[in-house]
Amino acid sequence: MGLISRLIRKCRAKSPWILLFDTGACNACDLEITACLTPRYDVERFGALLKGSPRHADILLVTGPVTRQARDRIIRIYEQMPEPKYVVSVGTCTTSGGVYWGCYNTYPGLDSVIPVHAYVSGCPVKPEAVLKALSVLVERIERGDI
Amino acid sequence: MSFEIPIGPQHPIHVEPLMLKLKVEGELIVDVDIDVSYIHRGIEKALELRSYPQGLFLAERICGICNCAHSLCYCLNIEQLLGKEAPPRAKYLRVIVEELSRVHSHLLWLGHYFHTLGFETLFMYFWRDRERVMDMLELMTGNRVTTSYNVIGGVRRDITPEIDSKLRRMIEHLRERMKYYEAAIRSEPSLLGRLQGVGLLKPEDAIRLGTVGPHLRASGVKHDVRLDDPYSGHEEIPFNVITYDTCDCYGRVMVRIGEVFESLDMIAYALDHLPSGEYRLKMPPFFKAPVGESLSRVEAPRGELIHYSISDGGTNPFRYRVRTPTLANLASVAAMLKSRGDYEVYIADVPAILGGIDPCICCTARVIITDEGKKTRRITTLTELERYARERGVRM
Repeated sequence: MGLISRLIRKCRAKSPWILLFDTGACNACDLEITACLTPRYDVERFGALLKGSPRHADILLVTGPVTRQARDRIIRIYEQMPEPKYVVSVGTCTTSGGVYWGCYNTYPGLDSVIPVHAYVSGCPVKPEAVLKALSVLVERIERGDI
Repeated sequence: MSFEIPIGPQHPIHVEPLMLKLKVEGELIVDVDIDVSYIHRGIEKALELRSYPQGLFLAERICGICNCAHSLCYCLNIEQLLGKEAPPRAKYLRVIVEELSRVHSHLLWLGHYFHTLGFETLFMYFWRDRERVMDMLELMTGNRVTTSYNVIGGVRRDITPEIDSKLRRMIEHLRERMKYYEAAIRSEPSLLGRLQGVGLLKPEDAIRLGTVGPHLRASGVKHDVRLDDPYSGHEEIPFNVITYDTCDCYGRVMVRIGEVFESLDMIAYALDHLPSGEYRLKMPPFFKAPVGESLSRVEAPRGELIHYSISDGGTNPFRYRVRTPTLANLASVAAMLKSRGDYEVYIADVPAILGGIDPCICCTARVIITDEGKKTRRITTLTELERYARERGVRM
């Protein structure tokens, strides 16, 4: 791979801007992701910044089982993000349905709706787990695996 | 000429998907339409399909922030159905964890509220102090947010002397910090400008719209389930109901700050007067509940939370109904967001007014029936739901 593309990958890994979207979570995972931004965990030291608009974001963090009403919205938000884009499924219920398994209004997992690059398990996830997922994802972006 | 501004479902002022359709004339808001249906997961139906002990795990995942209130309300409901009561020590331990989670919820709200108003420093400060509370919750219950502490017939773990001393240290620390924040908020003119006189809700309107919790108390109405209908140890633990008669967003902030002090005092009192004995009744892993119905009320951090269940004598509830505080408060948001007469609401006040009720949409989305196939939407009224519940009761 050429020098320029290596340079671009390196720069990209330095500033992964994140967007948080809740597709039906109980809020616990959202709390823990917000806790990542605050002084004790401070995800900003990795260059990550929580953004308000999908058009500014590189990494989409999705929490909660995908409900029927949220499905179209998450697809739309995913489409609005610029390439290259990465998706992290945060929490057990996003990954596999979790305690909401069998509910009439939820989909069994986020990967049945949009492509997912990393999964974080836990109900709710711990802030450390979110940090780990982000750092692993950024490492892989830098290496050019994904 | 008026036009419509949509806010949401994905918007930086609120993490959860919530759709506000604002009808504006210039800068003034004249009408609003609120849609909270994005998080409807079908929990009430799912609770009917799970046995009583399994339902507990689902009940506390109705809402991550007030999970202690939900699991406590569920346990009280099922205990009432079974005709059992938790031992005295369990009641006090439940109060400790409930009040700890109220402190965490209020600190979270205060931080998040100032974040939406653009006051980032206070956001960081409040969330840093909240981590101390989260540490205590983790130490006591084994988990930071979803605590799984209340079980049917008691609590899951006992308290140790080590946790006791750490809790007391945390209370002292937090009291000092809250005094500092209170003084800072009272004396910060830019903050007062954003809060005072914004989102006025008169006491008679608040009662008419069915408002509950700190939002109602900020309108000067003394209403608290812990005082009016004490449950699980609250009969014995003294506390003051904090009210404010400014009826605006400033009052809502001050009520919550006052409640943090009260909750800390209640935890200290419960630690001092903790009864000895068992902390949990022995319960079989599966059991049948006798035929009947039961209703339980708990003061969640956001207001009055109601759980209602009907049992047909089986291992699962026949019908389970949850009524959450945010649902009760949303009606008042719609009223507060409409300009009328002298009362003017600007677009810039939306975060302050919406944030003022401490919206928790994940609890709320369960009365709007959406038919995806037909693309129709029907809002169910309370009377309709009651009739529906009664009809199902008759069929039983």
